[in-house]
Amino acid sequence: MSEPEYEFFVDRTAILNFAAAVGETNPIYWDAEHAKATPLGDIVAPPTFGIASAHWNPNYSLRGARRIPRSEPKASGEVHRAGGGSLARVLHGEQRFAYHKPLQPGMKLVVTTRAGKTWEKEGKKGGKLKFSETVSEYRDEAGELVLVATSVGVLTEKAVEK
Amino acid sequence: MNTAKPSATSSGNPKLRASELKVGDTRELVLVENLTRTQIVMYAGASGDFNPIHHDETFATKAAGYPSVFAHGMLTMGMTGRLLTDWLGDGVLREYGVRFVKQVWPGDSLTARGTITAIGDDGSVELDVVTTNQNGEPVVAGTASAVLPR
Repeated sequence: MSEPEYEFFVDRTAILNFAAAVGETNPIYWDAEHAKATPLGDIVAPPTFGIASAHWNPNYSLRGARRIPRSEPKASGEVHRAGGGSLARVLHGEQRFAYHKPLQPGMKLVVTTRAGKTWEKEGKKGGKLKFSETVSEYRDEAGELVLVATSVGVLTEKAVEK
Repeated sequence: MNTAKPSATSSGNPKLRASELKVGDTRELVLVENLTRTQIVMYAGASGDFNPIHHDETFATKAAGYPSVFAHGMLTMGMTGRLLTDWLGDGVLREYGVRFVKQVWPGDSLTARGTITAIGDDGSVELDVVTTNQNGEPVVAGTASAVLPR
């Protein structure tokens, strides 16, 4: 099931906030003068910044400014994307990025998301785990691939222990 | 639909040459000591992931049954990315992927460790990466690849 595509505008402030949140100390993420002197020529985004496209995704289920659905998990692997699942039971199992071009301020990207593989397995502490992959492709205005992000959601039957 | 592979040509702002590395080389970076709820909230704001399980203690404990709020897996992945870029350079990564092995809680201290597993004649470099908490338990584990000048 494909979701509608959406635009993702890459800008310096978003990159700065993201770099600060992950504790970055590298000036390439905010110092334009420093960045200009490198072969990249401008500020770049940290490797996992693509995930912040969530701000621009109209269907994203975990936006704080929206009413957050809290219904019980459905038996479908798609609940973590569709936003109908229990927030307490859907965990992020795996995340992969494939980098084609650096993300830099001023880029207008189009993100297209589709469902990938789904599978199940028994959890170590009991309870079934349902895995589902979501693949997001980020393309620039020339239609060229910039980033591919693959997310694996896990629907759990019980909460994890400390 | 998408079979395109990331470019195998060196680009970006590399910090070193592939020939300066050898298989088995390792590097460690302390990512955070005593992770604060404030940093978790900063990450929620920056990433857009406002799942209350990461910032709302009442929701996390009473509604969801966790011992406390816990960090986004992506925060740990993001912090772990610092090891890769500090070591190899900016815009040189071609792939980076992790499994989220264990929850990261407020107060945790995390150290990332990368190990070079392969070096190609074309300057391509493959790594294993693992981030452990203060008890030595892996919290994320995965792989990365980069292309460096030869």
